[in-house]
Amino acid sequence: MNILVCISKAPDTTSKISFSDGNTKFDENGVQFVVNPYDEWYALVRALELKEAGGGQVTIINVGGVADDAIIRKALAIGADNAVRIDTEPKDAYNAALQIAAYAKENAFDLILTGKETINYNGSQLGGMLAEGLDLPFVSLATKLDVSGSTVTAEREIIGGVQVVEVEAPAVISCAKGMAEQRIPNMRGIMAARTKPLTVVPAKEIDDLTTFVSYEMPGEKSAVKMIDPESMDELVSLLHSEAKVI
Amino acid sequence: MILVYINSENGISKASYEAITYANKLGDVVALSNGSLPNEELSSMGRYGATKVIVDRAVNGEDQQQLVRMIAEVAASENADTVVFVHDISGKAVAPMLSVRMNAGLVSGAISLPDDSGAIAVNVFSGKAIGNVKVNSASKIISLLPNSLPPEEVGENCSVEEVSTQAGEARIKVLSTKKPEGEIPLPEAELVVSAGRGLKGPENWGMVEELAEKLGAATACSRPVADIGWRPHHEHVGQTGVAIRPNLYIAIGISGAIQHLAGVNGSKVIVVVNTDPEAPFFKAADYGIIGDAFEVVPRLNQAIEKFKAS
Ligand SMILES: Cc1cc2nc3c(=O)[nH]c(=O)nc-3n(C[C@H](O)[C@H](O)[C@H](O)COP(=O)(O)OP(=O)(O)OC[C@H]3O[C@@H](n4cnc5c(N)ncnc54)[C@H](O)[C@@H]3O)c2cc1C
Repeated sequence: MNILVCISKAPDTTSKISFSDGNTKFDENGVQFVVNPYDEWYALVRALELKEAGGGQVTIINVGGVADDAIIRKALAIGADNAVRIDTEPKDAYNAALQIAAYAKENAFDLILTGKETINYNGSQLGGMLAEGLDLPFVSLATKLDVSGSTVTAEREIIGGVQVVEVEAPAVISCAKGMAEQRIPNMRGIMAARTKPLTVVPAKEIDDLTTFVSYEMPGEKSAVKMIDPESMDELVSLLHSEAKVI
Repeated sequence: MILVYINSENGISKASYEAITYANKLGDVVALSNGSLPNEELSSMGRYGATKVIVDRAVNGEDQQQLVRMIAEVAASENADTVVFVHDISGKAVAPMLSVRMNAGLVSGAISLPDDSGAIAVNVFSGKAIGNVKVNSASKIISLLPNSLPPEEVGENCSVEEVSTQAGEARIKVLSTKKPEGEIPLPEAELVVSAGRGLKGPENWGMVEELAEKLGAATACSRPVADIGWRPHHEHVGQTGVAIRPNLYIAIGISGAIQHLAGVNGSKVIVVVNTDPEAPFFKAADYGIIGDAFEVVPRLNQAIEKFKAS
């Protein structure tokens, strides 16, 4: 299978989040960037497993500026064969999805994988947008993925349960926990990644339909009320009459 | 006109009434659903502000792209400029596809109404911050995060109109569906009881399950607990698991690492049980108990029993 994996840059999960320019921009100062965990741990690793089992190629694609090359090399070190970067700062998911769709239209892929969401914008938008942009079937929130010939079997989350579905490739799949385990790149992978092909392609003219105009920090929590471990009756009564949650 | 898509496969959830209430503050509301839920139940959306409910009985929604075509068709015929979804498993799949189909900017996971400038607040950086988003296109799509505003009853049941749309062929075939009976799905749960590595082993979850059962709560866990197989993956909450915002989150033997907090800090009330007074979770808690879970939880179970009997 010829698999395309969409990867996005995200701040490391321990990053302190702050904003600059009058709270209109994410302050990248001192922030360590990683491959968005859903893209890396689930989508990319499962793509590699499918390739190892059945042959084919794994291409990663990223929409971003030159600063994204570092996380692209990381994904190559984990084992992707080659990489494509669409050279523009992504403004919203719609723009990024249609940039990737334009590339995917010109290059035949059997399977396109995305993480279920990014840990910075948490929109869960890109996969569905890409599927619609390409008019391909879309399996959202897949926790298992298998391929036999051109038939793709996936387990997906539905409201109140899980469902096993089947779809003919090509298809777009958004990947969630359960699909694969994180892989730590080894020295050989890191060395090999340096010389793997990274193609930079110019961006297309595409509108962005949404704009983040400002950011703020959530309100501070009020101080914690400590309760004696012997007095669980008191806790229950506070949850009932003060917090009004039971 | 505001069109609200409601997934009524499992009945009409509280989050659905929230979405109708939200839409009712933006304009005249028409609700749209599909499948087989009886008219009496669908018409209840009128009480929250829907002027009518449109339903396509023939669309089962197993291929969510059929829902996209159905919604786009009804949005056009009803002249809707805004489509509202619940930001749940269904809305997360359907809204982005509709955004491309309708060329309509999508605000996903909205937690507020538009302000005077039209900006809508959403959680970003896994709940560590809030972003204000503006839509640049004429048509808009908003998916509303559950528990963001209380549902308000404003009227009477409304009429239900059955339609038949061109939803097209399904390209996804469902082979099997598993819906565990009696279990409360975590993403929609109002009350959640969660435990971490402090419980020492999977054999000790009995008291946690008992607590959840007594409260009518869903169960959750920290990431290492799911990774080592003590609990199923779908219970893993946090930045890389499920993000939840229940009314009550009880955390037992969980340290409160930043990645864990990111997925639960939207909870209305947080109770933390931990032996370590320095556990970071206490800083995010409303009620804290410094104590051994193996003593505190059974005591709490008894206290709830007593409370329910009174
Ligand atoms: C990229 C990345 C993503 C991550 N994503 C997530 C995520 O989504 N969700 C998540 O949960 N974690 C995530 N983690 C892991 C996270 O950093 C923590 O390691 C994890 O949350 C710790 O789990 P824990 O609190 O169960 O275990 P521990 O940190 O081991 O804490 C156990 C706690 O139990 C207490 N305890 C011990 N015995 C008792 C007792 N008898 N009674 C009461 N309390 C007791 C201890 O004092 C301690 O506070 C992520 C990490 C990384 C690097």
